[in-house]
Amino acid sequence: MSAATEAGRRPAIFASMTLPRAVRAALPALSLSLILIAIAYLNPRAMSYFGFHLMLNLAIPIALATLAQMFILTVNELDLSIGTFVGFVGCVTATWLRDAPLLGVAALLGCIGVYALLGALIYLRNLPSIVVTLGMSFVWQGLAILLLPKPGGKAPEWLLGLTGLKPPFVPFPIVAAIVIAVVVHIGLMRTSYGAILRGAGGNPNAIARAGWSLLKTKIAMFTLAGIFGVLSGLALIGITTSADANIGNGYTLLSIAGVILGGGEFVGGRVSPIGAVMGALTLALAASPLLTFMHIPPDWQVGANGAILIIVLAARALISRREG
Amino acid sequence: MTAVRGVLAKPWLWSFVGALVVWLAAITFTRGYGAGGMITAALSLAVFMVVVGIGQMFVITLGPGNVDLSLPANIGLASAVAMKTMAGSDSMVAVGLVAALASGAAIGIANYLLIWALRIPPIIATLSASFIIQSVDISYGRGLQIKPPPGFADFTNLQFFGVPLLAILTALFAIAAGIALHRTIYGRSVVAIGQNARAAWLAGIKVGRVRFITYVLSGTLGGLNGALLAGYFRGANVDIGNEYLLASIAVVVIGGTSVAGGKANVPGIWGASLFLVLLLTMLNTFGVSAGVRLVVTGLVIIGVIVAAGGQTAER
Repeated sequence: MSAATEAGRRPAIFASMTLPRAVRAALPALSLSLILIAIAYLNPRAMSYFGFHLMLNLAIPIALATLAQMFILTVNELDLSIGTFVGFVGCVTATWLRDAPLLGVAALLGCIGVYALLGALIYLRNLPSIVVTLGMSFVWQGLAILLLPKPGGKAPEWLLGLTGLKPPFVPFPIVAAIVIAVVVHIGLMRTSYGAILRGAGGNPNAIARAGWSLLKTKIAMFTLAGIFGVLSGLALIGITTSADANIGNGYTLLSIAGVILGGGEFVGGRVSPIGAVMGALTLALAASPLLTFMHIPPDWQVGANGAILIIVLAARALISRREG
Repeated sequence: MTAVRGVLAKPWLWSFVGALVVWLAAITFTRGYGAGGMITAALSLAVFMVVVGIGQMFVITLGPGNVDLSLPANIGLASAVAMKTMAGSDSMVAVGLVAALASGAAIGIANYLLIWALRIPPIIATLSASFIIQSVDISYGRGLQIKPPPGFADFTNLQFFGVPLLAILTALFAIAAGIALHRTIYGRSVVAIGQNARAAWLAGIKVGRVRFITYVLSGTLGGLNGALLAGYFRGANVDIGNEYLLASIAVVVIGGTSVAGGKANVPGIWGASLFLVLLLTMLNTFGVSAGVRLVVTGLVIIGVIVAAGGQTAER
């Protein structure tokens, strides 16, 4: 496949920190600013405290789901179930977590446990994660439908209070995005075990020979993905206030696109938490506010989304071609 | 031990065994009632999974990261193109089919252009393309309520002694695909690229050209599937292809093709398609709810892959 052949064709050692590489690292920020400038140009009034609050609200659950996907991609796996998982968590949040908090918390912890088990199963039996998570996507969707056959339920009060926070000067979604990005960045990029976790994706053999358990790294990453999936579901219900079994379905593809847009790679443990959050924000902004301001008819909104994705990736390809 | 490994090494056999078991369970429940009808219905529906499954199989065999996510949008658009071109008249059936195939092939070409020119991973390229195709379809097929020409609709529903004509044709096509995979330079090249793209390139295989053909093949089969679905279900629909995203990947993998690429299996696709369709039939005869049906389908997919065992890491 392309990433493998590219790595084989171009010796990556020579491209240590050239200018194009720095530009490439800045690309997620660049594309996010471009979208923001476009929105500011089309509708200056959107550039206000309240405007950002509205535009970026839904970006938070997307960012959390993107980070969940990023953890999985770090160890060279892919999660096709994150969308329906977020949906199921949403359904639990809007029903059990409100009516029977103890049961709700237990169910959510159980969900994280299932993710840990999946990581162990995938490693121990050497299974293709695409297939296992494909199966899980049916399971989560089925459970969500069983729990909430019709759209409904209601978010717990404390959750509504949390997502409705109005901190001074900086809108809550921006504060949340920065906090999330920084926490994950420090955990994954700046701690020694974070380096091991990324190494498990970059060169598993070396990590194993150095005496680290690959099983544990796989479980750790899947557990983290489970935790962030749960957080994403909680945030989503806090914003939408009620749930629907299909509420998270679009998140699977959005999360993959967000990681890639943020500079992550499919293989090799090359990921960037800050980039991933920016990728998610870019996608969320490009998805509706920008298109609404551009007066793009609803028929073409999905298509415009695809086009934006292609343009950003094309820019990246152009830059990384010079990198080599 | 070698005998056990020999059987386990043919996971596609399990898909047929699974299909049989599920069918027996269903007719035991109905006390033999509708046993034949169940097979006829399963064959009719399995055809659509096999057609896209074969295209997806060639793509997945190209190696990790290669997957065609644009199939659902492709199928939706092709169904609309076919119905509009045929315009309900029997004389235009051939033209309509060609138009649907061309629409699918064009999507395959566009997919490969994105992958090649922009060096986007195929999974993201086909995903972005599918967004655009979806918009084209929504705008092109808006309010489209053209029925398929009666001749075409009858053709897609034609049966001989309970065996749908489409199933016979698709079986022949699967045999042709099997020969293409194992006996032609093209097929061998696909497998070689999947095993080691760099080695294949050094061995003089035109990697780019083979990948191009494969994506166009997958797109074209998606187009064909769109036309056939519109004929079978009597009309085009934007969402007509939605279930074929996951289904196409599932039948390929359950059928014994390696997700890591380099190892493909055609008969397994038939087995897996029949298995999935009969599984749904069985759950329907048991009268379970939609939620339970989904959970069971998911657990079965996971169960199959766990039982079949993962591939030992091929590097």
